[in-house]
Amino acid sequence: MAIESEVLVIGGGLAGLTSALSAARTGEDVRLVSYKQSTLRSASGLVDVLGYTPDGDGPLTDPFEAIPDLPETHPYRTVGIKAIRDGLDLFDDAVPHYHGGHTDRNALLPTHGGTIKPTARYPASASAGLASDTRDLLLVGLESMTEFDAPHAAAHLDAAGVPFDVRGVTIQFPGDLRADAKVTRYAKLLDTNGEVTVRGRDRPVREALAARVNTELDEEERVGFPAVLGDEHPGAVRADLADRLGADVFEVPMGPPSLPGLRLEDALFAALDEAGASIETGNPVVDFDGEDRIERVYIEKNGAEIPNTAEEYVLATGGLVGKGVQSDREGVYEPIFDCHVAHPADRYDWFENEVFGDHTFARFGVETDDDLRPLDGGGDVEFANLRAAGAVLGGYDLAAEKSGSGVSIATGYAAGHSAGQEAV
Amino acid sequence: MASAPHIAVIGGGSTGIGIARDLSMRGLDVTLVEQGNLTHGTTGRMHGLLHSGGRYAVADQASATECIEENRVLREIASHCVEMTGGLFVKRPEDTEEYFQEKLAGCAECGIPAEVVSREQARAVEPHLAKDIDKAITVPDGAIDPFRLVVANAASAMEHGARIETHTTVTDLLVEEGEVVGIEVEHDSGSGKRVHGTEGGREEIRADYVVNATGAWAGRIGEMADVDIEVRPSKGVMTIMNVRQVDTVINRCRPKGDADIIVPHETTAILGTTDEEVEDPAEYPEEQWEVDLMIDELKELVPMLEEARTIRSFWGVRPLYEPPDVGSDDPTDITRDYFLLDHETRDDLPGMTSIVGGKFTTYRMMGEEISDHVCNQFGIDADCRTADVPLPGSEDFSLLRDYMDEFGLRSPIGRRSVERLGSRAEEVLKTTDPNPVVCNCEGVTRAEIQDAIEQSGSDLNAVRIRTRASMGNCQGGFCCHRMANELHGEYDEAVARQAWDELLAERWKGQRHALWGEQLSQAMLNYALHATTQNRDNDPADGEPVDFAAFDAGSTPAQSSGESGVAADGGTEHGD
Repeated sequence: MAIESEVLVIGGGLAGLTSALSAARTGEDVRLVSYKQSTLRSASGLVDVLGYTPDGDGPLTDPFEAIPDLPETHPYRTVGIKAIRDGLDLFDDAVPHYHGGHTDRNALLPTHGGTIKPTARYPASASAGLASDTRDLLLVGLESMTEFDAPHAAAHLDAAGVPFDVRGVTIQFPGDLRADAKVTRYAKLLDTNGEVTVRGRDRPVREALAARVNTELDEEERVGFPAVLGDEHPGAVRADLADRLGADVFEVPMGPPSLPGLRLEDALFAALDEAGASIETGNPVVDFDGEDRIERVYIEKNGAEIPNTAEEYVLATGGLVGKGVQSDREGVYEPIFDCHVAHPADRYDWFENEVFGDHTFARFGVETDDDLRPLDGGGDVEFANLRAAGAVLGGYDLAAEKSGSGVSIATGYAAGHSAGQEAV
Repeated sequence: MASAPHIAVIGGGSTGIGIARDLSMRGLDVTLVEQGNLTHGTTGRMHGLLHSGGRYAVADQASATECIEENRVLREIASHCVEMTGGLFVKRPEDTEEYFQEKLAGCAECGIPAEVVSREQARAVEPHLAKDIDKAITVPDGAIDPFRLVVANAASAMEHGARIETHTTVTDLLVEEGEVVGIEVEHDSGSGKRVHGTEGGREEIRADYVVNATGAWAGRIGEMADVDIEVRPSKGVMTIMNVRQVDTVINRCRPKGDADIIVPHETTAILGTTDEEVEDPAEYPEEQWEVDLMIDELKELVPMLEEARTIRSFWGVRPLYEPPDVGSDDPTDITRDYFLLDHETRDDLPGMTSIVGGKFTTYRMMGEEISDHVCNQFGIDADCRTADVPLPGSEDFSLLRDYMDEFGLRSPIGRRSVERLGSRAEEVLKTTDPNPVVCNCEGVTRAEIQDAIEQSGSDLNAVRIRTRASMGNCQGGFCCHRMANELHGEYDEAVARQAWDELLAERWKGQRHALWGEQLSQAMLNYALHATTQNRDNDPADGEPVDFAAFDAGSTPAQSSGESGVAADGGTEHGD
């Protein structure tokens, strides 16, 4: 017997989760299946909509103003401004602790590399770090964390012309953590406010950490740490530290594994669970039946292929990073349904010689009709009941534009909504 | 002699650095200049094979004999640069028995230990060899790290008083009364260690003798004094795999040809190569067919290469030379032997000798011969000691010591650090400060990076070749910024940013030839990390001023300290 649902979403990243939420809110019976860890754990946790135009103009203060001028093949043009706004509303509703939602304007936030970047939504943990805020700032790095060097980042922010004084200091994290301790190790210790031994005396870690920072603090009103401030209880960790420091406390988003990204993933899964969707993780979709419509897909589980059927399907398997788009020496393809992925025949035309050149590979993905249904090489719909969302879509360079999260949310919303309506 | 003659050596590849070490050990005063990093030209772009001589045992027995001699010397003096993997010459059914027998006989004639092994025996050693091979010959091939070897030679030369200037380009030869009396150079960034942004400048380096050891670039130097040195540069591709598919050097047992060798190198395996004459050693096409050829030919020996992941490809230029009267059409026919061109006897220009041709494996022997020649010019009778005195890092070195506990490093990081550092491990790794890992793919810790920075200034590519940091699977995606972080403190932010950009550009160069499958996925991840998370592609520090006030000021601007965190999370423990 096949496992049945009305809408089946394949992929558990930002686009898949948004699709499933969106479909569930139309009242349909939704099932989400995901295989590998999503790319959210590699992402900073900031939710960008559009920071730069494809021509590199920016940082944009208002992404919505620039969207109508994007190329027609851009996913934002496919779904339109209204879907982008509705998608963001859905996101704001599902993840209420994200900030930056009250205007159309982008915010500027410091990065762990010492630059600033434009983004549309940011977690509460990052909010005191806004680069447009004029209050002086102290960055605190940890001696054994090579990922973030606070004095270096501070000097870099200064070179970027930020409108406040910024200093960086490096301290040793209290206690006896190994030199290559994982970020989750710091976070858990802070969550539980565990005891650490400092000069022969046991003290709660937050108190010991604040004591070290206090000796460095010079009237700065806000203090930034690498993003390790709690996994389960980040709000409490920040509040406690802020209280002890007499300054606002924030996290600087970092590279993988990214706690803000993981927290966002947890929050979205919780929202989806609450919306009543069924969720299966850890097993890949390996095959399907169907010609013009997808009849069923097969999910491999413990060596068996389990059929899953639905009225409507959403493909949200990611791009090159998430392996929703794959390649070999001969070409580029979509591995589950073999949807058409346009690409130059010569693989030496896939990239530019400059490291940050206008890389063709960054725009690899499926092309769709206005309803996000993938098109074959001749421009016809591949399957009447398959929609695509997120990085599996082509036609945009998420890295250069800083548009990855926004496209996933907007197209996820639109694909899920449309699938939910169609399934009725 | 009252004071030692001063010798200027041009070229910081294996040959030049070998000459500098030899001459300085003999008590001469040496200045070596190199236009890029050490190994910048051909040396840093080879497949890392320590020849047994087996490859030349049929066609070029003189070279083969030199190779086996030097192979034995390097195992002794450079043990921390050499991994004795052993090598196999593998015969496939379509390769002739006649050549197989010639190879075997040739090895015997040249004193290269060689034995025939059956298909089963060969596959027991290397299980990924193709099932249908016939048999193989074992030879004492090995793997050698050219970067580490050259850096160790440079360290030894400096210990003996040599001055070594990298990022220093020769702009002219000083010729007075028909004799070469020195060189004129342009320093990119001051003399000594390279520091970005430091003003460079011209310098006249007067010398009693000049040695031109610039390999494929020898003709350029010759032109400065109107002498012809007709080096015939020939390019070859090397394709790097993400893991070691083989732990033994695998050669195809057939007459010379393209794509016939796989060398295990550190964490990777290197496929080689092609042989195509080029006009300009610095500017030549790097082509897709060459990369494809490596995979398509070598999968005949190791079938899993067809689906395996490559992380980058690079090209090297052989400094081939043949006396003008030979006139080979095909670069593969040109001898791999080396030639000492004394411009006094050859061109009536005293004061300079060029050394051209030759092979990496015999770099020390070339250095010895030219050092003898230089000493002869001054009537100096000093013995060569380079074959007897171990290089720094290879002194009293025993892997049996348990360095991991001693330096608080976990396996395999400790083991790998110690393998790279050899007998310098204690000096470099003994630190009371936290010593976290900077490059995870290659297991390189802060202490090793800091040691390399101390040696090479703000140049992260020089740090890279000393440590292997950023040379693993992620190709710097996760560690370029961490390496730049390590520069800061000693160097200011603008310097670190420039070095960071340079490293990103260099890492991208080779990856371009590996952009499909897993590595294209990796490249996109790297691009997203660098451009999205770090916004390095639109760094406001490099661009136009930003109007900060025009941007969103936040939905819940913090009013007073301590409250914003709680309020933002709605007073719950969860927050984000």
